[in-house]
Amino acid sequence: MSKLLLKGGRLVDPASRHDAVADVLVDDGRVAEVGPGLEAAGAEVVDCDGLVVCPGLVDLHVHLREPGREDAETIETGSRAAALGGYTAVCPMPNTDPVADNAGVVEMVAARGREVGLVDVFPVGAVTLGQRGTELAELGAMARSAARVDCFSDDGLPIREARLLRLALEYTRAFDAVIADHAQDASLTDGAQMHEGEVSAMLGLAGWPAAAEEMVVARDLLLAELTGGRLHLCHVSSGGAVELVRAARARGVRVTAEAAPHHFSLTDEAARSYDPVFKVNPPLREKADVEAVRLGLADGTLDAIATDHAPHAREDKEVEWPAAPPGMLGLETALAVTLTELVGAGYLDLATAVERLTSGPARCRRLGGHGGPVAPGAPANLAVFDPAAVWTVDRARLASRARNTPFHGRELRGRVVHTLLRGAFTVRDGRATR
Amino acid sequence: MDKHLLSASDLTADDITRVLDTAAHLAKVTDRAIKKVPTLRGRTVCNLFFEDSTRTRISFELAAKRLSADVINFSAKGSSVSKGESLKDTAITLEAMGVDAIVIRHGASGAPWRLAEWVEAVVVNAGDGTHEHPTQALLDLYTIRQRFPSFDGLKVAIVGDVLHSRVARSNVLALTTMGAEVTLVAPPTLLPARVEAWGAAVSYDLDAVLPKQDVVMMLRVQLERQRAGFFPSLREYARLYGLDGRRLDAMAEHAIVMHPGPMNRGVEIAAEVADSIERSVIADQVANGISVRMALLYLLLGGPEVAA
Repeated sequence: MSKLLLKGGRLVDPASRHDAVADVLVDDGRVAEVGPGLEAAGAEVVDCDGLVVCPGLVDLHVHLREPGREDAETIETGSRAAALGGYTAVCPMPNTDPVADNAGVVEMVAARGREVGLVDVFPVGAVTLGQRGTELAELGAMARSAARVDCFSDDGLPIREARLLRLALEYTRAFDAVIADHAQDASLTDGAQMHEGEVSAMLGLAGWPAAAEEMVVARDLLLAELTGGRLHLCHVSSGGAVELVRAARARGVRVTAEAAPHHFSLTDEAARSYDPVFKVNPPLREKADVEAVRLGLADGTLDAIATDHAPHAREDKEVEWPAAPPGMLGLETALAVTLTELVGAGYLDLATAVERLTSGPARCRRLGGHGGPVAPGAPANLAVFDPAAVWTVDRARLASRARNTPFHGRELRGRVVHTLLRGAFTVRDGRATR
Repeated sequence: MDKHLLSASDLTADDITRVLDTAAHLAKVTDRAIKKVPTLRGRTVCNLFFEDSTRTRISFELAAKRLSADVINFSAKGSSVSKGESLKDTAITLEAMGVDAIVIRHGASGAPWRLAEWVEAVVVNAGDGTHEHPTQALLDLYTIRQRFPSFDGLKVAIVGDVLHSRVARSNVLALTTMGAEVTLVAPPTLLPARVEAWGAAVSYDLDAVLPKQDVVMMLRVQLERQRAGFFPSLREYARLYGLDGRRLDAMAEHAIVMHPGPMNRGVEIAAEVADSIERSVIADQVANGISVRMALLYLLLGGPEVAA
């Protein structure tokens, strides 16, 4: 493989606390040297002047819809969307058809990801058989499969029974895996369409109260404390949930947590259009919640920004609000939304924002070689972006097969220029190489 | 006025007054031997009903016919909708057939907003989910105006299942726009979250509220709400929130009783109250519905420039 010299960029590498102009020499898929003023010495020079060089982004929470709903997204189209978003690693959720609750399905997903080769695909396995919440799936078999699953989740069908979650947290200690939970009390959210508040009351849409998230977060944290298991909380969306996580971390509970870009940039006001592109689960909440999520990301209570990228076929979203499935796209906009809404608005500095997109999520799981550090010998999984580039989101131009981005028409700052997976361009000059 | 009538909040006080004045003018048509004017001749109005509502559909149908519009009724049952056709495809089909206005009743809150995005035709919301029913509010205001000189400071209580009521939402919006003082009376379980933001007073005690009101609007309570646990029994509901003869006597002498129908006699309203000739204006509401819907179709489709 050819040698590359990324020259003159601002290297932001949170894992090594590096934030200064430095060249990165890539040789044979690995980082060979890092430092100012490196000699090209036969390497192809990539001018990164004015650009930021950082570890490839890591997304802990995506839906690639394959197998089962290839009309909405495939591992190939989702991988391309991810690469264009600066990602080198993504973790698809198990709610496929069939459900990824056995070694066969997770191996198929991982193998298809390798075959596409645009991004590393680390499948999440289901905790219970068929995500039915009644009996544990063969977690050990998935952990020991070729896919080496180290994270399990029942995703949008959270485990109702506390005893079963307790067992899952205990059982997975044997192979140090993480249980990722979507916190939602089912009885409080039966038929819920959007965040419960002033807007839902006016719109006549059944409400999803923040308390339904917070009580399950509280339960999960107590069970993590009881079992010593590793808990990861998906898409924390309410201010109360952020506060619960903060308190639990302070008393040493083994918990990590993520937040989604739409939860720190949009509010329930968006539902006034009745356009289901703004329907998501957990729902868009209120200004105070958005503020709390931002502050949670700023102080590290929330470790990671994860997109919950949820492609839906056009006909599934072009319906009445209550008939539409929840979920929105995120892979191609996450970096820009973060830079615009968190860095631009002064909540996070650039290095912290990069941390929450790279080494932060990588720390929540075992994703060897992703999230930095950008150091000699490490796989050259890198993103290069222009922090000043202003662009307008156009859903028609997304690489994802779906079109359900809530940011269509929005002007954002920050755009991916190159993405490298083990030293090979997956995106070059803003275009996917495959 | 906007192009469509989707929400009562789209209407200014001037808009509402214009609709009511026009309705008063058109009501005279209904009193004639030949109840028809040629205003909307050659225009087509489609009643697109995804929920059964015979009275609202008939009211709109009569209104359109009295203005000489062609009317087609599209009911979801037995149509392509029951075969899985989407609202969008139905909209495209109606548009292709050259429909000028679509009156939509739908079980999903917000469905008229989706429809308005997909068609060029004028969209009139005839009730969407648990959201709004703006023409009901307009006919209620028209009925109130027949009895009271002004809305300013008028005291109106809306009693019952506010949480699930499209009638309540549209009435609160229209009445507060016109300067009335609205009080919502319901068990706390049947009031929406943060209802304080609606600009209406809230009470759980019907007996305390009743004597001060000029207008008492009773809402239909559905048996399924009891099954879902919002209140323990219909009997207890009737005892705490039903309007019976004793409570009617506690009201001011000039105060009127309204109900959007259909009524559950013996639950939210006693038969003697519903049928009270002096106090109940429930039959007037039905009659006025036609005039008000004529006015709306006239203003949205005809406009003053084609007024003859």
